[in-house]
Amino acid sequence: MPQILVDNLEKRFRVAARDPGMWGAVRGLVRRRYREVVALHGVSFGIEAGEIVGYIGPNGAGKSTTIKILSGILTPSGGRCTVNGLVPWRDRVAHVARIGVVFGQRTQLWWDLPVAESFDLLRDIYRVDKARFARTREELVTLLDLEPLLDTPVRQLSLGQRMRCDLAASLLHEPDIVFLDEPTIGLDVVSKLAIRDFVRRLNNERGVTVLLTTHDMDDIEALSKRLIVINHGTLLSDGTVAALRARYGAERRVTVEFDRAPELRDGFAAALVEQLGHRATFTVEGRNAATFVAELTARHAVHDLVIENLPIEEIITRVYESGRG
Amino acid sequence: MVDAARPYVAMLGARFRMLLQYRAAAFAGFATQLFWGAIKLMILAAFLAANHQASPMSLPQIAAYVWLGQALLGVLPWNVDTELQEKMMSGAVAYELLRPVDLYAFWYARTMALRTATTFMRMIPMILFAGVLMPLCGLGAWALPPPVSAAAALYFLMSLTATVALASAITMLMHVALIWTLSGRGFNTVMTGLVIVLSGLTIPLPLFPDWLQPFLYWQPFRGLADVPYRIYSGNIGTDVALFEIVQQIVWSVLIVAAGYLWLSVGKSRVVVQGG
Amino acid sequence: MLDALALYGRMIGLSIRAQMQYRASFLMMSVGHFITTGVEMVGIWALFERFGNLLPWTLPQVAFFYGVVNISFAFTDALARGFDLFGAQFIKTGNFDRVLLRPRSTVLQLAGHEFTLFRVGRLLQGVIVLVWASQQLALEWDMARVALLVFTMLATFVFFYGLIILGAVMSFWTTESLEIMNTLTYGGVETAQYPMAVYQKYFQRFFTFVVPLAMVTYFPIVALLDIPDPLGTTRVWQMIAPTAGFVFFGASLLMWRVGVRHYTSTGS
Repeated sequence: MPQILVDNLEKRFRVAARDPGMWGAVRGLVRRRYREVVALHGVSFGIEAGEIVGYIGPNGAGKSTTIKILSGILTPSGGRCTVNGLVPWRDRVAHVARIGVVFGQRTQLWWDLPVAESFDLLRDIYRVDKARFARTREELVTLLDLEPLLDTPVRQLSLGQRMRCDLAASLLHEPDIVFLDEPTIGLDVVSKLAIRDFVRRLNNERGVTVLLTTHDMDDIEALSKRLIVINHGTLLSDGTVAALRARYGAERRVTVEFDRAPELRDGFAAALVEQLGHRATFTVEGRNAATFVAELTARHAVHDLVIENLPIEEIITRVYESGRG
Repeated sequence: MVDAARPYVAMLGARFRMLLQYRAAAFAGFATQLFWGAIKLMILAAFLAANHQASPMSLPQIAAYVWLGQALLGVLPWNVDTELQEKMMSGAVAYELLRPVDLYAFWYARTMALRTATTFMRMIPMILFAGVLMPLCGLGAWALPPPVSAAAALYFLMSLTATVALASAITMLMHVALIWTLSGRGFNTVMTGLVIVLSGLTIPLPLFPDWLQPFLYWQPFRGLADVPYRIYSGNIGTDVALFEIVQQIVWSVLIVAAGYLWLSVGKSRVVVQGG
Repeated sequence: MLDALALYGRMIGLSIRAQMQYRASFLMMSVGHFITTGVEMVGIWALFERFGNLLPWTLPQVAFFYGVVNISFAFTDALARGFDLFGAQFIKTGNFDRVLLRPRSTVLQLAGHEFTLFRVGRLLQGVIVLVWASQQLALEWDMARVALLVFTMLATFVFFYGLIILGAVMSFWTTESLEIMNTLTYGGVETAQYPMAVYQKYFQRFFTFVVPLAMVTYFPIVALLDIPDPLGTTRVWQMIAPTAGFVFFGASLLMWRVGVRHYTSTGS
């Protein structure tokens, strides 16, 4: 049985609707109107222990809802879900003791306390054995370079520093699963790399299962081989990045710099994306790429040529759009 | 001229509409007022029953004071605009300085919305209950009596307008104080305390000991509740009502000026602190 | 159970230390709170000055009621902050999610959220008034009286805590902090400062049988003062009455569980 099992998950919400303007405001005093929103519909997947899975979708797609249900803080309207054999929302205390959750936007540390004290408090909250905790803490502090931050109150930390501390905090009790919700949001490049590196090591060396939701495609490319795409509450895709690419984005992008501005005639098995003076960009089917390049260089004097995969953002956008209608 | 006032009027309207949203608060507000008015009235009535002669106010006058006090509670400067407070704490107040408006006037408009919107919601059910329903249920002795005369009613409305100006000015002081985060909160706590006692909200000012009366007369907070409600019930006669209203206005002007100057000092501090 | 208490103690300790970092602010707020709450007594004194008495109650007797209620409530006000600000600090911000993500009781976490130090202002003025009243009334503090006083204060403390928890429960359903609970809490303190016998019959009944304020304050204090009850109850009743406060607290904890269940099914 997979470590994380989600079967036909459903979640519906009632949302209050307000009429605009002054008259609407007064009317709202008397009667409230509601509409129903389907946040999740028929979501199913399984995650084995030790996987890193990327979970992506546009805003409002249902990512946070899924994470909340998996964490046990939201009960679904229908369907089944087990994590480590426990039903998250029913066995809350036992369940949350074994998972770590990082919300990119909100810290779990205590605002006015030095980082070290937050850590100690978490040790008591999670009832971690003192000796074991000391070791775990030491490792995390070293890996994430937190030593200089330990005596600083959390409110004085920069976003990148806080994120690293939050990451450590979520692992102090040695959970076997971590949910990372937008962990690199708003971070500078150096911090992002540090966090990605850390998560990769966490997964490789300790086999911690990671479920990562993010808008940052570089995170996805760097970390996860498997990608689950959700939009409008339903799963659009579940598979490796390579498979996704093969299905939705098998094109190559060819950027060419000519010796002089060419006159491009029809006949190429490629589509011209844009042309600016000496430079032109084409997209071509992967299997035709070599032929196309050969033909092109035969007909024109080419100064420089770059062939690359479709950027993953484009592939993902195509996946999102495929779910519509 | 009208065009110049647009941003301020827009702010007033927007905040007013927004504050109207809180309908749960509106209902709870009514229950709250009812409660506070009831216990206050019961206690004062009990004292009155124990020693009638000692009181410079009759029961109907006390009832008017208490019920109006509850109905118009929102006017009193006992709270600040929470959104402004949050902006101060987060540093977002710097954005306010970037707007092409006079900051004091802009915030004053906002404050006026704060002082009037909540009152608007609360006062109608309260007045209906205390003024109409209670007499109908035979509780006339405890009810809110009508104004003692047409002249009194007129002066009452004038006084109330002055009260709104005064209350907004005092609230503005509290807003400006927030620029100094720590001492600002202390200042506001003290201010709130002063307002609640010296306006007559806890105990009608005439019921304080006689030797305190001269001091209670020459303080600005009197204009927040004591003056309008006593004009209403005739405890302040129509002959002196206008003089009282003028005093309210003078205090308003003084406090607006003080607030304006203080804000100029505060503005430079906001700039210095940065984002 | 023991390690829950240990965690609670630890959280409170951290809260106190965090607040002591801002020593000047703490002092200022304590003084401010002392004054804000103390003016109530000034008001009571002023009314007695003018009217002389509140048949059959004297100023020292009313002061005694005032003192007991304020001391008890000062502790509640200091220890229930997590629930008091629950709507604004946990529901609106989504921080309650984090509370649910920790393998501990939500009640424990919220109870330990803060020990609002500056409430010592109310405590101090309550103590001063109570000591003065006790002297004026020439009360003898034997074991029985002390025990009853402690029992009364504990019951009042727990009763008000229950009210605040109920207020927090409401914020699961409405994002606006309901004033109605604030009313019952602070209004309850106001009400109990005077002997319940002063108020109208329906008021007394409400605060005896619906919200048992009189049970934890008026009745046991009448027994403490060793005077006949104008409402006609017996000493035995007066001394048992405070248990209603504990029952009320238990009920509020049950309501809390209902609230949490609602939250987890509707999300934030």
